[in-house]
Amino acid sequence: MKYNKLAINTPEGLLFGNALYPVTTRRGLVIGGGSVIPELNFTLPTMTINAQSLPAIGAHYKGIVTDAIEHARHLHAPGVIFEFETLLEMTQTPSIGIDLVKIMNEVCEENYVKRGFKSEIRLTPNDLREFDRPPLCRTSSYLDAMWELFDKGSLAGGDLLSIESTGGKEIHDDALMMCDIKASVFALSVLGVRDMKMLWGNIVAIAHKNNKIAAGDTACGFGNTAMVLAEKGFIPKVFAAIVRIVTAVRTLVAIEEGAVGPDKDCGYEGPYLKAITGTPISMEGKSSACAHFSPLGNIAACCADLWSNESVQNIKLLSGMAPTVYMEQLEYDARLMNQALKEGKPTATMLQRLFADSDKSLDPQAIILTPKNVIAISEEIVKGTNYIDASVRAAVKGLDIIEDAFNAGQLLIPEMEIVWIDMLRLALSEIPTDESKFVEEMLPTLEGKFIPSEYGL
Amino acid sequence: MLINNIQYQYFTLNKIKMKEELLSKLSECTELGKINLASPFPPQLKGQNGVDELTREALDSGISPEEVLEALVSGMGVIGDKFSAGKAFVPNMLMAAKAMSAGMAHLKPFFNSGQVKRKGTFVIGTVFGDLHDIGKNLVAMTVEGAGWEVIDLGVDVKPEKFVEVIAQYPDCVVGLSALLTTTMNNMEVVLKAIKEKFPEKIVIIGGAPLSQEFSDKIGATGYSSSPQGAVNLLNQLVA
Repeated sequence: MKYNKLAINTPEGLLFGNALYPVTTRRGLVIGGGSVIPELNFTLPTMTINAQSLPAIGAHYKGIVTDAIEHARHLHAPGVIFEFETLLEMTQTPSIGIDLVKIMNEVCEENYVKRGFKSEIRLTPNDLREFDRPPLCRTSSYLDAMWELFDKGSLAGGDLLSIESTGGKEIHDDALMMCDIKASVFALSVLGVRDMKMLWGNIVAIAHKNNKIAAGDTACGFGNTAMVLAEKGFIPKVFAAIVRIVTAVRTLVAIEEGAVGPDKDCGYEGPYLKAITGTPISMEGKSSACAHFSPLGNIAACCADLWSNESVQNIKLLSGMAPTVYMEQLEYDARLMNQALKEGKPTATMLQRLFADSDKSLDPQAIILTPKNVIAISEEIVKGTNYIDASVRAAVKGLDIIEDAFNAGQLLIPEMEIVWIDMLRLALSEIPTDESKFVEEMLPTLEGKFIPSEYGL
Repeated sequence: MLINNIQYQYFTLNKIKMKEELLSKLSECTELGKINLASPFPPQLKGQNGVDELTREALDSGISPEEVLEALVSGMGVIGDKFSAGKAFVPNMLMAAKAMSAGMAHLKPFFNSGQVKRKGTFVIGTVFGDLHDIGKNLVAMTVEGAGWEVIDLGVDVKPEKFVEVIAQYPDCVVGLSALLTTTMNNMEVVLKAIKEKFPEKIVIIGGAPLSQEFSDKIGATGYSSSPQGAVNLLNQLVA
């Protein structure tokens, strides 16, 4: 592992809007440079994507960006990042995605040149390799389309490059359903890590070639799937919290490979990455309830440098089109945080504390995200002798934090979940930290579910 | 003679009691996910026989396969109800399903001979363009636990695949799943293809962005927002 000490080792150092290594975009937005910037994410309303609907799709995206910028200017917002997270068809046929980037970038450029308004596009192609079951992580023909969209889409104006990569998910989905932390660690810290190295080595190379920003990844398909399942009562929240911690080790690899941030909005593991690497992060909380519910509405803002709404359909609401509505919500959220920053560190840290304190006692997934606990857990990650060791150490620390808070009467955990703390602790203690031993142990139980050679095993 | 009668009645009553106890234990082991003697889960039943051994014992002692199946389904029903009430997690359901499978393996010859019948065949898949399968898997598992044979076609399933499989299982009921607002419309395409070949086919749908209104609009037979709801819907539609 590249990092063996924390870049930021105090809770105050993790303050929203401030990263140790800010990222400056082509049009001059400074992410993590002293203010929080909204990141607007959007998707199409219910419609079919085909050759006939492409003009209408283009009009949707143009309209979204045009209206959002107009409203952002009306609100005196300093700028906005637009995340273009493509729909499957837009990566499968890269020309569709590239054309849409062009359409949106023209609007951004016009507003920059004529009005001085700064906006930028984060381009997030899909990880299409999931179409193959089990996935061909390294030899899939889908990789060609993905690389093409990264390459030509970035040249078309997608300045920040991201992906929700899915290596190891074929094992992790079952691990979530069975609440099998051992399989979860294997999927994330062996398969996920190996896949991230390959994927991000390539994405960083494309970014460098095109003078663009290799931003970062998110373990959305792992950690957020766990969170959503826990919200529905399908799996214990304690388990989802521990999975979240382990995702940080996996997503860290993007930065080890040369990504500079901001990581992607739905990566709630971002605060750990910020503590370890000092790179800026994007986060989402209460203003992303349009896409999914979470127990992290306020606490997610503690360390945010970009503040996102995850995704909203382009549909008409009473006040206007939904993305424009969310532009306003994000800007007011960011404005409050930026006002606190302007008033000085005592005010800003007080707001950070309020964000944390208002959520931390209500859910184990929240308490592991207080800035203080982020530092404590991140310290365990950087002590790890390898990715597995880092994952297990951090997960055990997370369990300690949860159990201590519960025993002190400071954390609400449903009665039926208490037994899971000991069960998870026992399962974690049985994980060999040596990768080859771990692989040898897991292979017989996972036969046919993944292809070892696709992970270099 | 009187003594003989009393002895006979005592023997019969004892046998009935043993049978009830065995079926009750079988049902409980299914509910708790106790697969076999060797399985460590649940911790409180460690070292005890599981569904595997109990099913064999029940059949060997002359209990009918129908009654054995009923006990297994009843155990799954209990855990299903607990899950619906928020008193159990998915892993509890999955362990129960695994335990039930261990019992079903012993019943296979009776299914093959037609002596025991399942409730029906349920063909399920996530429609083309969509790769999400967690919700679909949950529904498949729950329906299987309720006594149905489940044919899971996986994700990104094209209309022609559904049609092909339905032709192999003409009496089946079909379930379509989708998670995305951009793929839910593909359900209508699949449904149209199915109805062209099998106009009377029962097709139910489910997935996060869906609603009863959408189901009505595309002409599906029914919609459910939860796995247990899907079982209830199937029982209602097929009864």
